Amino acid sequence: MTDTQYKNWIPITDAEGILWLHLDVENSSTNILSAPVLEELDSILDDIGKGNLPLGVVFTSDKENGFIAGADIREFTKVSNFDEAKAHIQRGQFVFNKIEALKCPTIALIHGFCMGGGFELALACKYRIADDGPKTRLSLPEVQLGLHPAFGGTVRLPRLIGAPAAMDMMLTGKPYNARKAKKIGLIDYAVPTRQLIPAAKKTIMNPPRVYKPKKMQAITNHMLVRPILKHFMIKTVAKKASKEHYPAPYAIIDLWAKYYDDPKKMLEEEANSEASLVNDDTAKNLIRVFFLRDQLKAQGKASAEEKVNNVKEVHVIGAGVMGGDIAAWCAFKGLRVTLQDRDPAVIAKAIKRAHKLFSRKMRGDRLGIIAAMDRLIPDVKGLGIPKADIVIEAIVENIDAKQGLYREIEPKMKKGALLTTNTSSIPLEILSECLATPDRLVGLHFFNPVAQMPLIEIVTADNTDKDVAKRTSQFAAQIDRLPLPVKSGPGFLVNRILMPYMLEAVRIHEEGVSAAAIDKIALKFGMPMGPLQLADTVGLDICLSVAQILSKELDVTVPSSLENMVKSGKLGAKSGSGFYEYSNGKKVKSKDSSKTVDTKNITDRLIGRMVNESVACLREHVVADKDLLDAGIIFGTGFAPFRGGPMNYAAKEGLDEYRGKLSSLEQKLGSSFKPDDGWEQLASH
Amino acid sequence: MAAAHKKTFARTVYVVDGSRTPFLKAKGKQGPFPAADLAVAAGRPLMERQNFAPSEFDEVILGCVMPSADEANIARVTSLRLECGENVPAWTVQRNCASGMQALDCAAMNIATGRSDLVLAGGVEAMSRAPILLNDMMVNWLADFSRARSAMDKVKALSKLRGKHLKPIIGLLRGLTDPVVGLNMGQTAEILAHRFNISRNEMDSFAVESHRRLANAIDNGWFDEIEVTYDNNGKYYEYDDGLRRDSDMAGLAKLKPYFDRNFGKVTAANSAQITDGAALLILASEDAVKKHKLPIMGRIVDSHWAGLSPSQMGLGPAHAMAPILQRNKHKVNDIDYWEINEAFAAQVLSCVAAWKDDTYCQDNLNEKKAFGEIPHERLNVDGGGISIGHPVGASGARIVLHMLHVLKRNKAKRGMASLCIGGGQGGAMLVESEA
Repeated sequence: MTDTQYKNWIPITDAEGILWLHLDVENSSTNILSAPVLEELDSILDDIGKGNLPLGVVFTSDKENGFIAGADIREFTKVSNFDEAKAHIQRGQFVFNKIEALKCPTIALIHGFCMGGGFELALACKYRIADDGPKTRLSLPEVQLGLHPAFGGTVRLPRLIGAPAAMDMMLTGKPYNARKAKKIGLIDYAVPTRQLIPAAKKTIMNPPRVYKPKKMQAITNHMLVRPILKHFMIKTVAKKASKEHYPAPYAIIDLWAKYYDDPKKMLEEEANSEASLVNDDTAKNLIRVFFLRDQLKAQGKASAEEKVNNVKEVHVIGAGVMGGDIAAWCAFKGLRVTLQDRDPAVIAKAIKRAHKLFSRKMRGDRLGIIAAMDRLIPDVKGLGIPKADIVIEAIVENIDAKQGLYREIEPKMKKGALLTTNTSSIPLEILSECLATPDRLVGLHFFNPVAQMPLIEIVTADNTDKDVAKRTSQFAAQIDRLPLPVKSGPGFLVNRILMPYMLEAVRIHEEGVSAAAIDKIALKFGMPMGPLQLADTVGLDICLSVAQILSKELDVTVPSSLENMVKSGKLGAKSGSGFYEYSNGKKVKSKDSSKTVDTKNITDRLIGRMVNESVACLREHVVADKDLLDAGIIFGTGFAPFRGGPMNYAAKEGLDEYRGKLSSLEQKLGSSFKPDDGWEQLASH
Repeated sequence: MAAAHKKTFARTVYVVDGSRTPFLKAKGKQGPFPAADLAVAAGRPLMERQNFAPSEFDEVILGCVMPSADEANIARVTSLRLECGENVPAWTVQRNCASGMQALDCAAMNIATGRSDLVLAGGVEAMSRAPILLNDMMVNWLADFSRARSAMDKVKALSKLRGKHLKPIIGLLRGLTDPVVGLNMGQTAEILAHRFNISRNEMDSFAVESHRRLANAIDNGWFDEIEVTYDNNGKYYEYDDGLRRDSDMAGLAKLKPYFDRNFGKVTAANSAQITDGAALLILASEDAVKKHKLPIMGRIVDSHWAGLSPSQMGLGPAHAMAPILQRNKHKVNDIDYWEINEAFAAQVLSCVAAWKDDTYCQDNLNEKKAFGEIPHERLNVDGGGISIGHPVGASGARIVLHMLHVLKRNKAKRGMASLCIGGGQGGAMLVESEA
């Protein structure tokens, strides 16, 4: 066979007669399976069929970062109807079927990431060999986009490793390293980098028996077992996501339960199911969120001509919950961290939490945990200040205390080191007054719990040095968080939008609706936690204090019941009592006083306050545009991602209609629903 | 001044800085820290306050008697974890109870000869985590069992397993027993108590005083060298926790002798505690001091190692300190402060007694007359092994470090630190402050 020229594939037949198919997608740092890439592969496979069969075929990537990242998600956003989507999917299935049908040994030789469609390509091969290094990640993350594997993944995976492991991989989207993948049968060999090519050659020269699921794995696919397992799977999934909001995981289970015994039919149904998901709002919004994430990440990327000053040493002052957890996160991400607090007892608690975090994140990796603990250095005396590339202040929210600290540390800091504050409520303009160079202070506002909330607000005032702000965003990206540039102002972006929503919930509660009923409505809308449960978790005293700060600057009324609860010592979960009762920190199940509630009205009131405040933030340019606003609210609060953020939600409902809805709420409930002036500008765009 | 030490050391050896963990008494179960964690906990704050990078060290030397299975060459483990880098060599030394001092001596020698300029040296021990071993029968049974292939062979091998196979060997007990003469360390102390006629009362009173002095030193804030150490369970440790503030003669008198249950005098309370801890020092040449503008705590002027009967190992300090005084032409009074590690009250008191004894000094220490009395008020002024504890690998480094602090505090010049060594040896080190 002649090795034809392709744009993305480099076919090389070696002396032994093995065909090496190198994928190197043009004009891209990452291999993705776009339509042109699949078309080329199709014609390569046809050529193989025409000529003499090679001794074996090896799929490998010439990109340093990994094998194949998956299908081209952008293509999904362009399809406009079911048939178009189905045709697109079946093309891919068709090509992969050709790989599967090759009569010679076929190998996917994997390094780095191998995700989605890339992993499905590997599944169509007879053997999979992966680099055992830490960067190898195999995953089927489609559910996170409201989709499921559709290039034969739902068909081939349960057949390979049995239903429980296959479902775990597809339903969670979580990545597997090579060691774990080998253990459950996803790959045939996990080898060091230097052995990848020799292993592939040896496997083709002496093909071993193709991996068959173990008996216990195989039996899970039996037609009598499937209905039982399905029941449990659905129960597990329902705990995480409702069918109404997230249909994809249910579709995966359904496909397997109904069609497993007929692979051909199953493949067809896989395409049908995916084609309808692609056209669903959930997937569209989740794909948008996926791109929003990229957009936030881009805020922390240095452009080609900038040089990146990677932070090596971090100094955190204040070892309370926020400071301690920030320090732990930085250490987890490979930075050297000194953690300062006057009180060793406070540091000790932070160290304990850090150890818990590392143990959870690096389960089984004893040496990794030790190394992370070694990077996190208790520092009562503040010895780390002169060495730090960035100082993160996370002490008590008190202007005098913070200013006193800045005065003390500024002269000790390294030249050019970043000085940041995790304040959530004090304007930067005030805090930076005391500095010799006031333009150096940037807000680095993490959210609680630090290890789970991906967003960091990068807060700047008018006088903040632009370069310093940019470097702070780069630091956020360095520790794998999403930087969102926002303007200094009461509550910045996320808390400012969240607070009216929570206060509205308190007001509805004052009107006699039970906390459980209100929270249930919010959950049904798709919020990760009800507003009153959230208030209890954060602490009612903290909510009150933030509300009071906001009420000074904005048109926010603090409900008297919140003040009364705090006065009487009801502070939420930590005090044992708030909107709910707690025993040993756990919520005591309360009976839902089943007064009939107007779900629609309560939803509108809760979300309406958020949307209206979002419009106000846009008008005041707290954040650059509505995409970034939506991203901030989704990643900062967990706002129903499948709804694409508050502005996306309002736009979907119709901006004029939504404004009208607010006006009618204003007539019934007063000025807190008065449509913001910003609606005018929105409408004119 | 310089002339005296140039005899033994070609180049001056400076001690620049040092720190240690609190010494944590073993309470039956494994202590909160593996040995390497202790060494890192002592080293991290020490390095944090230096103005040179850990990679500037020429080598790292640690003393440790019983590192765990995961800590082969614990000095290398510690060195890498302290970010000294791959290119800094590290080695572990073992001279039983004086391993920490041996590490300092090795560092001092390499600096004196010009091989090294900047060395991290010290000692570490997690006695509470001393290994528990399988006995020989069990080891051989396991070999047979793993060789058994068929199910039947395995059953046969299993049927040979008996209760006696499971009896473990307690590494710590073996370690504290002389491997040649078979005596437990406590029994060697009993022998000395008899030979020098040390009464139970004297021992107990020495022990009570050790606790009183430690309490006093803590209350006065005299333990700058101790770094707060944090475990993974939310606890932190600020001070040596073997301190008994309630220690008194009446209480101690109630204890039964530990090593000779019926007729002995040595009890758990007048012996050193089983303890976990680490102590690290930075030693530097004159060049390194200048290059990095290092502060000076003092100098290591001389050191000596002596051998004697294993059954009387507790007299080691008397034998090791004597040649140092002789070489440097010092009298007892020229030494401002003394540290003799308190392995046993009986053993420290015997050393003092031996130096007061003309015959002993003539017969054993090459002196015409007795050295004279080491004044108790200048000996172990802030407590010792009985109250602080004696993590065998670390104590040698601790007493040298603390001696330098005592000299500074009292604006004194010269200090002697010494330990007895299981197996019948003694080690001693003469240090001088810049006062």
